[in-house]
This record gives sequence, structure tokens and C-alpha cells, in this order.
Amino acid sequence: MQSAKIVVKNLYKVFGGKSADVMRMLKSGEHKDDIFKKTGSVVGVNDVSFAVEEGEIFVLMGLSGSGKSTLIRLINRLMDPTDGQIILDGQDITKLTPKQMVELRRRDMSMVFQSFALMPHRSVLDNAAFGLEISGVDRKTREARGMEVLEQVGLAPFAHKYPHELSGGMQQRVGLVRALAVNPSLMLMDEAFSALDPLKRAEMQDILLDLQREQRRTIFFVSHDLEEALRIGTRIAIMEGGRLVQVGTPQQIIENPADDYVRNFFKSVDTSRYLQAKDLIEVANPPHSGRPGLHVPPSCSLPDVLQQLLGQSEPLQVRDDQGQCLGLITPSSVLSKISQHRLQSTATH
Amino acid sequence: MADISTQDMLPIGDWVNKVIHFMLDHNAGAFDAIGNTIDWFATMVEFLLLGIPPVVMGAIFAGVGFWRLGWKFALFVCAALGLIWATGFWGQTIATLALTLSATCVSLLLGVPVGIWCARNKLVGMLVRPVLDFMQTMPAFVYLIPAAMFFGLGRVPGILATVVFAVPPAVRLTSLGIRMVNKEQVEAGHAFGCTSWQLLFKVQLPIALPSIMAGVNQTIMMALSMVIIASMVGAGGLGNDVLASIQRLDVGLGFESGLAVVLLAIILDRITESFGHTPTTRAAEQGS
Repeated sequence: MQSAKIVVKNLYKVFGGKSADVMRMLKSGEHKDDIFKKTGSVVGVNDVSFAVEEGEIFVLMGLSGSGKSTLIRLINRLMDPTDGQIILDGQDITKLTPKQMVELRRRDMSMVFQSFALMPHRSVLDNAAFGLEISGVDRKTREARGMEVLEQVGLAPFAHKYPHELSGGMQQRVGLVRALAVNPSLMLMDEAFSALDPLKRAEMQDILLDLQREQRRTIFFVSHDLEEALRIGTRIAIMEGGRLVQVGTPQQIIENPADDYVRNFFKSVDTSRYLQAKDLIEVANPPHSGRPGLHVPPSCSLPDVLQQLLGQSEPLQVRDDQGQCLGLITPSSVLSKISQHRLQSTATH
Repeated sequence: MADISTQDMLPIGDWVNKVIHFMLDHNAGAFDAIGNTIDWFATMVEFLLLGIPPVVMGAIFAGVGFWRLGWKFALFVCAALGLIWATGFWGQTIATLALTLSATCVSLLLGVPVGIWCARNKLVGMLVRPVLDFMQTMPAFVYLIPAAMFFGLGRVPGILATVVFAVPPAVRLTSLGIRMVNKEQVEAGHAFGCTSWQLLFKVQLPIALPSIMAGVNQTIMMALSMVIIASMVGAGGLGNDVLASIQRLDVGLGFESGLAVVLLAIILDRITESFGHTPTTRAAEQGS
């Protein structure tokens, strides 16, 4: 059974002082733009609540200035929240002293940065072992662990090079290794792949998904790239102007975008690519269920469904793990769903 | 008319005189202690350097030059030091080198920590900045005189006046170097659980090293130019010859002693500058 790794409750972050006044104004329902005009303070994160499940990749999306980079920094308290709770493994970390926070960061969490943020004066191996060195692990142990993780991402031959001798994609693999080497239960990734070209970005996403298959960690991933979010996200949260607009699985968000802001993200994305068998069902809970015939799991991707349907006169069954038939897919149901998605994405242009 | 108004309006000069005399009357012990410490240190440095035979000293400089900058520079070092020795200024040059190094040591001992403090504390940075401006632009002769009043004539006031002049680049470039460390690199330090000291020694100072080394280089150059002027309060070294040449209108002597200063400056500048440019620090300068 899944349990919540992080629970965020009514989190606020106000920049620019007068936070007590600003909090009072926010709670009496004033808009953050009016508050800025009156006090000069900026509301970065505004009453945000959500939960991240153990072992999932939770992608936080938003345009620049939406507060997503602030939110991720509140979770490891690179910034201190103005109000609200952040409960990690049942413990409210907003109450921890700086010293306890240092301990927590060393033990339980690590971070990957957009600009890689490697240390130029350290070799790749020393960068990889940075977190362990900081927590006082002896040289032999930390270098062995660093090498182990470098091998996992294919960087072992470069262990004694320096960061500036590597390409951008390789540098970020070092950034990833540095975060993995401390074996954290929570990884924070701030636009981790955004600085890379599309090919390298896809490669890094694959590496991340592979690593995740080997050992499940909870990953909190900030991105502004919807395709990335759809590709790696177990669930996606969409943020606008400091507020969370919508949280859900990629399918839920594609099927039911909460508002125009969310819909706008899909403008340039062909969302039909992300349809799964369970989204294509025409007749739900059909009467003649349990009958033999071709069947696919609910998470079967669109190309696979199409392949199964080809040259098939019978409707395709969608069956869950227990063999229960959830519904039927016919060629016409697939066509109508795809055309719906196409219309949706062109309508927003 | 003008005289009367400037005398009466705001007698800052009188106040400064009063403060100086008050300090002379009441803190003589403290000045003696500082003076004796610096004198002991400077004497030791000079004694050590003069103890090294010219050939060995030349070999050391040429060796460092070869290691940092290659054989061409090593050759230049040999020629330059040979020239200084041949013109008979060896002793004075070494005395000037000793003064410069002593003043540089004191300057860095003060300047680097203050620079770190300025970078980490905005208020301190704000307060220190005008003080640095004052130290750098106040004409040097103006504080040579009180320095001589506090510490008597000789090496000590010379070194202290030099320190006043040479500290600012050390403070400024240390502070600049630390403030220029990429924000995400600092965040990475914090995110992996650095304490404040670990952040300083494992992230900020190493990344700021090229800038700090530029500060060291500037401090040495400032110190060298100032120890020449400091000969006016009896600091000794090449400055004595420069001063004598001015007093006697002896252009030839002025040129010879001035040339020794220039050659020493070039050697010190190129060698210290090279320490700011190692392959890894060059990458840091490019910000990657």
C-alpha cells in the first residue's frame, strides 16, 4: 500500500517583509496583486496543499514565475516558509532547528539543479562523493560509493576528469550521481533537464526511469515542459501564480484540464499520444464480460491498442489485473477519442 | 577671506589632531606591542632572505618561474636578477622584497577574513566599503606621518602604512569572489547538508580562489609601490636610493634603483598571477 512521503498543508511563502500583514490580508481574501501594490511584498507560494506518495515521480509544472522553483526550495528549506506545514515521513520539518535540518538533508534528501551546480575545482569523482564527504564519510568508502553510482550511469571512465571537460549532458549525469550517491529517500529535481538539448533530455529521462525501476525513490520534479511531465510523471501538479491549479495523473489532466491555463499547456502537444486503453473504452462494464477473446491491460498504450485492433472484427477487451473486463474498445471508439484530442489541441491555438 | 572661512566652518583637522594625541597619550602600550610584533616578524623575514646567497635565491626564483610559466620566463628571471646584482642593488632589493612580503602577509591576514565577513554580512560590507575607499585614495603621505608618530621612524610605520594601502584589494577581491559564486552552487552546498563552515571551505573559498589570487597579486603590487614611498619614514630598501636620487638630483641613480623596482615587480606579478590560472580555476572563471 502506498503512503504519503510528503504532505504539504496550507503552505505560504511571502517575499519582501511585512509577512504578518500580508498573511492577514491573504486570509481575508485579498488578491496577491493588490497586496503587492499596498505592501510591495510578493506572494510566491499561496495556500498550497498536496501530498506526494512514497515512490512516485511527482512533477510540478508551471510557467516561469508561477512559484514552482520557490516551492521546491521550501521542501528542503533552502527557503523558509512563511506559514504552513511540510510533513516529511510524519515529521513537520518547518519546526526543525537549522542543525536538525542539516542532519535531515544529509540523511534523507538530495537535489539536482538546472545549472548542474557542480564544483569546478573537484574531479567528477569528488563531485559525486560531495554529499558523503560533507556528512563525514571516510575517503575510501565515499569514493567506492561514488564509483559505483558513476558506473550505473556510464561515467566511470571520466571519474578523474573535471566538470569543464565534460559535455552538458554528462555534467548533469554527474549532478544526478551526486544526488544518488547519498542514497536519499527523496530526490528534488529543479528543472534538472531543462538546460539540455531535446535529445540529451530524452536520454536523461530514460536514465532516470531506469534508475527508478532498479530502486524506487520518491522524486519531486519541477519542470515547465509538459512532454517531460507526461513522460516521467506518476502524477502531475500544475501551478499558476503561486497556487496549485490541478493535481492528477497525466491521463486525468489530459482528460479533464481544470481551466484554460492548464489547457494552454497542451497547445503544442499531441495529447492523443498519451492515451491508454482505459481512456479508449466505448462500452463500459459490458454485459457479456468474462468471455474469451483478445484483451489488453488498462495502461496499454495507443500504438499497442491499434496493433491489436488491426484486422480484428471483435471489439478489444480491457481487463484489469484480476481479469475483470472493464470495457470494450472498437475502432470507432479509438477514432472518435483521437479526433476529440486533436480538436482540443487545435481549438486552443 | 577664504582662509578665515575654511578655518572657522568645520575644524575636522583639529579634531583629528586631538584624537591622534589622545591615542598617543593613552594607548602607547598597545602601539608598542603591535610595533614590536611587526618589527620582530619583518626582521626575521629580512634576516632569512638576506641569509640566502644571491645564486641560490636566483635559482629559487628561476625554478618557480620555470614551474609556473616555462623556460622563457625563467630565463628572464635570471637576466633580471643578474642585472640587479651587477648594478649593486642586490641587498636593497632583498630588503625591499622582505618589506613587501611582510606587509603582504599582514595585509592578507587582515584582508582575507574581512573580505569573507563582508561577503557574508551585508551590513559589514556596507560599512567596510567607504573605509576601503578612504584607505586607497587618501594620499599616502598623510598617514605616513601619524604612523611615524605612533611607531617611531623605521620599518614598522613603513610596513603599517603599506598595509593600509595594500589591504583594500585583498578585501575587495575576496568579497567579490565569494559573492560571485553561482547561487545554485551555494544552494547545492546547503542541499547536501553543509554547515556554514563547510560551505565556506568546501564551496565558496575554492570557487572564489581565482578572484582571491587576483587580490593577492594586487596586494603585492600595491605593497611594492608603497614600500618605496615608505622609505621617507626610514623603512629602508630600494626606496632609500630612490629618495637619495631625488634629493641629489642624481638621475642615473634614480634610474638604476627604479629599474630594480620594476624588475622585481614584474617577477612578483607574473608568478603570483599564474597561481590564479590553473586549469580548474579557469573553468570557474567561465562560470561553468
